[in-house]
Amino acid sequence: MARRWIDILNCPTRWAQSLSRKSHSSAFWVGLVLCLGITFSLVRPCNADQGEPTSATHFDNAHTGSQADGQPSTSHLLIRALTLRDHRTRVVVIGTTLLGIAAGVIGTFAYLRKRAMMGDALSHATLPGVAGAFMIMGTKNLPVLLTGAAATGVLGVLCVAGLRRIPRIKEDAAIGIVLSVFFGIGMVLMSLVQEMNTGQEAGLNTFIYGKAAALLVQDAQIIGGVTLLVLLGAVLLFKEFRAVCFDSSFAASQGISPTWVDFLMMGLVVLTTVVGLQAVGLILVVALLIIPSAAARFWTDHLVVMTLLAGLIGAVSGWIGSTISASAPRLPTGAIIVIVAGCLFFGSMLFAPHRGVIASLARRWSIARKVALQHLLRALAECEELADRGKTIPLEMVLPKRSWSAAQLRRLIQRATRLALLERSSSSSLQLTTAGRIDAERILRNHRLWEMYLIKYADIAPSHVDRDADEIEHILPVPLVQELERALLDSEATPPSPHGEEGAAR
Amino acid sequence: MTWDWALDGWIILAGVLSATSCALLGNYLVLRKMSLMGDAISHAVLPGLAIAFILSNSRSAWPMFMGAVIVGVFTALMIEAINRYGKVETGAAMGVVFSTLFAIGLVLIRQVADHVDLDPGCVLYGNIVQIPLDAFGGGIPPAITNLAVVLALNAAFVALLYKELKISSFDPELATTQGINASWMHYALMIMTAVTTVANFEVVGSILVIAMLIVPPVVAHLLTDRLGAMIALSLVVAISAAMGGHVLALFGPGWIGLDATANTSAMMAVVAGMLLALALLFSPHHGLIGRAYHRWALAQRIVQQDILGLLYRWHEMRPGENQPLPREHVLEAVGDGALARWAIRSLLRRCHVESRIVGGCERGLELSKEGRAAATQLIRSHRLWEVYLAKHFNLPPDHLHEPAERMEHFITDELHEQLAHDLTMPSHDPHGRSIPEPDNP
Repeated sequence: MARRWIDILNCPTRWAQSLSRKSHSSAFWVGLVLCLGITFSLVRPCNADQGEPTSATHFDNAHTGSQADGQPSTSHLLIRALTLRDHRTRVVVIGTTLLGIAAGVIGTFAYLRKRAMMGDALSHATLPGVAGAFMIMGTKNLPVLLTGAAATGVLGVLCVAGLRRIPRIKEDAAIGIVLSVFFGIGMVLMSLVQEMNTGQEAGLNTFIYGKAAALLVQDAQIIGGVTLLVLLGAVLLFKEFRAVCFDSSFAASQGISPTWVDFLMMGLVVLTTVVGLQAVGLILVVALLIIPSAAARFWTDHLVVMTLLAGLIGAVSGWIGSTISASAPRLPTGAIIVIVAGCLFFGSMLFAPHRGVIASLARRWSIARKVALQHLLRALAECEELADRGKTIPLEMVLPKRSWSAAQLRRLIQRATRLALLERSSSSSLQLTTAGRIDAERILRNHRLWEMYLIKYADIAPSHVDRDADEIEHILPVPLVQELERALLDSEATPPSPHGEEGAAR
Repeated sequence: MTWDWALDGWIILAGVLSATSCALLGNYLVLRKMSLMGDAISHAVLPGLAIAFILSNSRSAWPMFMGAVIVGVFTALMIEAINRYGKVETGAAMGVVFSTLFAIGLVLIRQVADHVDLDPGCVLYGNIVQIPLDAFGGGIPPAITNLAVVLALNAAFVALLYKELKISSFDPELATTQGINASWMHYALMIMTAVTTVANFEVVGSILVIAMLIVPPVVAHLLTDRLGAMIALSLVVAISAAMGGHVLALFGPGWIGLDATANTSAMMAVVAGMLLALALLFSPHHGLIGRAYHRWALAQRIVQQDILGLLYRWHEMRPGENQPLPREHVLEAVGDGALARWAIRSLLRRCHVESRIVGGCERGLELSKEGRAAATQLIRSHRLWEVYLAKHFNLPPDHLHEPAERMEHFITDELHEQLAHDLTMPSHDPHGRSIPEPDNP
């Protein structure tokens, strides 16, 4: 135990060395931290003009409770919100954007560690802390409430970890138990607080639904501080997080304690969640942890890129969400932010270039097209073998070769004709062109080679090899074909069908 | 706080109906490792409710149930689609879907808040105290009727499809080969969960409904292995949580000196949590205390047998001397550490009582007649196992003692006979010591 502490204390020097030594990605990180510092400092000067609310966006209305008589148009408000002209809007937009960055970055690691729903249990577990801190301390001092929230949040995480070790309780049940029972305790305390009528309790409900519209400079500063901490943690512990996320037993073999790294990771998640309560509320804060990272995963396989992207997506959701909710009445900010994030997620899921649904469907479609064409060519090659080479092949000979309908076959033939692989000699007969014949013979040869290989080396009966070869003939790489030829063939000629004349005819 | 049956009776009845209808379905959610699906659906039905409100412009039950069913199925389908086509793991897919849908629901409710009496707070933690007040001038409150209908539906669902639900929960592949469509069972369960969740909004709210769905079945699962017993137990737990919750909500704060009443539905969740804690501690097989006791009993037995073995070898190495084994020698040989010492001390006392060992502190230890028989059996197990390992695993002689030392405590009489028979009745172990024959009295 003591040694682990020393290791952790020694870490900063090691990290400083590795930072200075290499890693252009670290430079990225440092730049990001700098950017953040600048954004953060933007909030500070606003302290001065806090006193004079220049009524503008709906945040101000939400805060002051007054509806202006001459209601300005939505587009006007949108422009005001976009240009950050009003102090309150500026605080809200910057606060939610920073929160988005923090949640996106730390959420990436939690997501990859498959701890996504842990955030849900954790955020619900903060409620008894908030209510309890208020009951005991009798104050609505924000740091006190947040400390209480963090305390029970950590307790909730530990409870999930403890319950999971009991053989009869699976992880999902453990999360559900902690989530609902802690929330129940929180609600009991809240109801007691409300009945005690101190007249102070009014603000506690904001922790459930969030109160982004009424975010204060102090709140934004706390969010900014936590964002800095999360980014620092992500930079300094990047190697440890990566190792534990992808292969915790490897990490353990490298002298990284998965328990401690998990603990630090969950600690950062707790911090982010707790400050997120203020902005989006405890039910939706888990969305900010999960959605940006799940969306970022579609775009990249690289962890650094994914982390940056998740931070970016979080920031964009926070920014756009709070801007939209500023520009129209009755749009709860937290919910709008989550909806924006959800849209980004579904957009990523559909349109991402490689892992996206559309891209993978398109890939599958084009492969299916190629395979169908090659099947046609092989069928023609087999027909040609039976007839004399160069002769025309009647359509009725091709149709029974595979289980394709006449219409399908007609469309395939049209496509092949357009590609100049074959030509129609008359309305009911076909002929391969030279290019088509080269292709067709290659496919046929691959098919036969694989059949022979299966029969000779895998001891599969000749009647069972056709289907297997049918699938692999399209993707056999050239070196493998050469090797098969060396192993199986004596001459250059395409080998005959192992099914005999009758099989080939069928 | 005073107890008024006209009010509290209805509240308790509402709580019991709601808790039992949830617990019935929860058994299957927990067994299928889909507890969080209950969580996801209970959040995700919010937009369904809001849209039903907007379209029907009323709070009547049927549009609400329809909205819930549609959104419930939609949620399950979405989660599956994201999981399959987007290759996002199920937990994260649930998080994405339910939080987005919940956010949409919140926005919709805020938009129509002026026209429809639907308080988002009420959705979260219900308003059970309101229920008896809804029955104007006596009669059955409408919420009670709704809950009773849902409970009857759930009971019919579980009773009629008991076999199908059971097979498809434990072994979906087997269910498919038996002609049961496992994915239909999945969606039926999702629909029932959504309907139950909606019916329970008024009583316990969308988050506490998760407590009622998950906690009673988990408690029951800690206590029994049989599905029928598990369902029955979960109902008992649910009923106790509902009753205890209301009583504790009314009188609990008074006991700790607060002049207030707590939220009943929240207290139901807390009581369920307490019952879980009790089960965790006291469940005979899976409880912490039960498991600790089993471990302790096993450790005692092993130490006891180790002492017997030690005594046997002591006498074997000194034939005819009949010198007792000094007590310190036992402590030294069998174990060190405070816990082990304590175990040995208490054991020596027990061995004495069971008359396996005669002699006490002054003279040292020697074997009694019963003790000799037990020790012979143990040494026989040990040496037979050594022969077995040497013969079938080709282990060198210096690797045999350790595994046999562990195994000797777990060789039953039957295995004993089989080993001896299999090894053609060996008379000596690989170290050349003789294998004792059991004395047949």
